[in-house]
Amino acid sequence: MPRWLAHTIVVILLIAGISLAFARVGYAWNWAGVWEYRGLLVRGWLTTVGVSLAALAASVLVGALAAVMLRSGRPLLEAAARVYVELIRGTPLLVQLLLGFYVVASAVGLENRYVAGVLVLALFAGAYMAEIFRGGLDAIPRAQIDSARAIGLTPSQTLRLVVLPQAVRLVLPAVAGQLVSLVKDSSLLSVIAISEFTLAAQEVNSFTYSTLESYLPLALGYLALTLPLSALARLLERRFRYETA
Amino acid sequence: MNLVIADLVQRFTDPRTGRLATVLDGLELRTGEIGALVLVGPSGGGKSTLLRILAGLDVPTAGSVAFDGVPLPRDEAALRGYRRTMGTVFQAYNLFPHLTAMENLVLPLVHVHGLSRGQAVERVREPLERFQLAAHAHKRPAELSGGQKQRIAILRALVVRPRRLLLDEPTSALDPDMKAEVLEMIGELRAAGTEFILVTHEMAFARRAADEIAFIADGRVAFHGSPAEFFAATADPRVRGFLARTLGT
Ligand SMILES: Nc1ncnc2c1ncn2[C@@H]1O[C@H](COP(=O)(O)OP(=O)(O)OP(=O)(O)O)[C@@H](O)[C@H]1O
Ligand SMILES: [Mg+2]
Repeated sequence: MPRWLAHTIVVILLIAGISLAFARVGYAWNWAGVWEYRGLLVRGWLTTVGVSLAALAASVLVGALAAVMLRSGRPLLEAAARVYVELIRGTPLLVQLLLGFYVVASAVGLENRYVAGVLVLALFAGAYMAEIFRGGLDAIPRAQIDSARAIGLTPSQTLRLVVLPQAVRLVLPAVAGQLVSLVKDSSLLSVIAISEFTLAAQEVNSFTYSTLESYLPLALGYLALTLPLSALARLLERRFRYETA
Repeated sequence: MNLVIADLVQRFTDPRTGRLATVLDGLELRTGEIGALVLVGPSGGGKSTLLRILAGLDVPTAGSVAFDGVPLPRDEAALRGYRRTMGTVFQAYNLFPHLTAMENLVLPLVHVHGLSRGQAVERVREPLERFQLAAHAHKRPAELSGGQKQRIAILRALVVRPRRLLLDEPTSALDPDMKAEVLEMIGELRAAGTEFILVTHEMAFARRAADEIAFIADGRVAFHGSPAEFFAATADPRVRGFLARTLGT
């Protein structure tokens, strides 16, 4: 059976099952109320896209910096990066957002909740990126560095021409996967009152009292972002496997 | 070439125990005016360690090395310049896997030796033809056989016109057929006058290609002489034992 057919069958069965469940509880759909607020949902969705992209870009920078520090061989830098990574990965994003916005951002006079939210999200994702990047750099065999040196490349040429091109290929699938998480994690930004997609759905729900009609589009809206990203991650993974085979 | 090594010492700190290990232990060697030097000896004897020093990749703890009367530098910047005049090939993983064979060949010419891309492509064309590799130039290492990979690696070392090639067991990771094709290439280069220093366990090839053979064991040169002297019954029991094992007699 071809893969697309298998996927189609599974999805049809899933939809049938869900429909059946709704039919059995006799849910009375009311889409008219939610439709009135569609603009709110669309704006929320776009905010989620924007916030996620901004946080992703910033998290790549943060992660790269932390990865370099982790491998620097300087105890103080290594310790700083290690503490950052473990602290972030060991605590809930919710706590980081609340502390980051109400304490840290306020203390330094950062008023803009969008900037603060993106920064906290970037620091959060950056900790995971750091480990991904470190793994990518560690995976470059010692022999490659030796070959680069033997040819007479300088350290910066070695990094630019040999190490980074290989490391980037290695980490791209994991970075795409991390982006999927980032998109979903951005829903927590609603706790600091950023009108992203999840907050928009909460608002629509409170206006219309149509809970499922408010939250089903939410699920679909996230899937519309995450499914292509997952597909991209798998594609990159296959491509890379071919290159190193 | 003429190679003089005096009282060469290389120590490493074992990363686990933190203890110092002496890998080269006052190694001495003084060759004649030769084209090809072959290093042989038991595993762990220090051949690769020595070759890495000759290649300018590692700096010895103590001692001196001089090619044709010119001592090897010790500071990294000067060593980088020195490395650019050598063609070094390891046992495996020489090629950059993200680049095609052609891009692997062109990279040092463009980024180290200042040729334009066009000049670089032009320079590698004839050698690729000569060694029947032109048809594989567009492939990545993953699509090449082990023998093709090693031959491309040797070409990459060669096209920068180095003073000499330094080869560390270039065939030991290969199947017999591919061993033969790589050795044949080295033999052709030898016949064309390319100087080289080769670490190998291929004793038949060593006998054919070497001007001098140095037998390295326990971080020292235990025997040094012509192939004829080496394969004649030498007094050194380590050489005799080694020959008995590798030649299966
Ligand atoms: N960077 C290093 N750090 C610590 N020990 C090392 C290092 N490089 C080599 N050694 C040790 O030095 C000894 C000699 O190694 P070397 O690779 O030079 O031997 P070899 O003669 O090339 O052996 P083989 O025939 O197996 O390749 C070994 O015991 C090895 O473990
Ligand atoms: Mg060796």
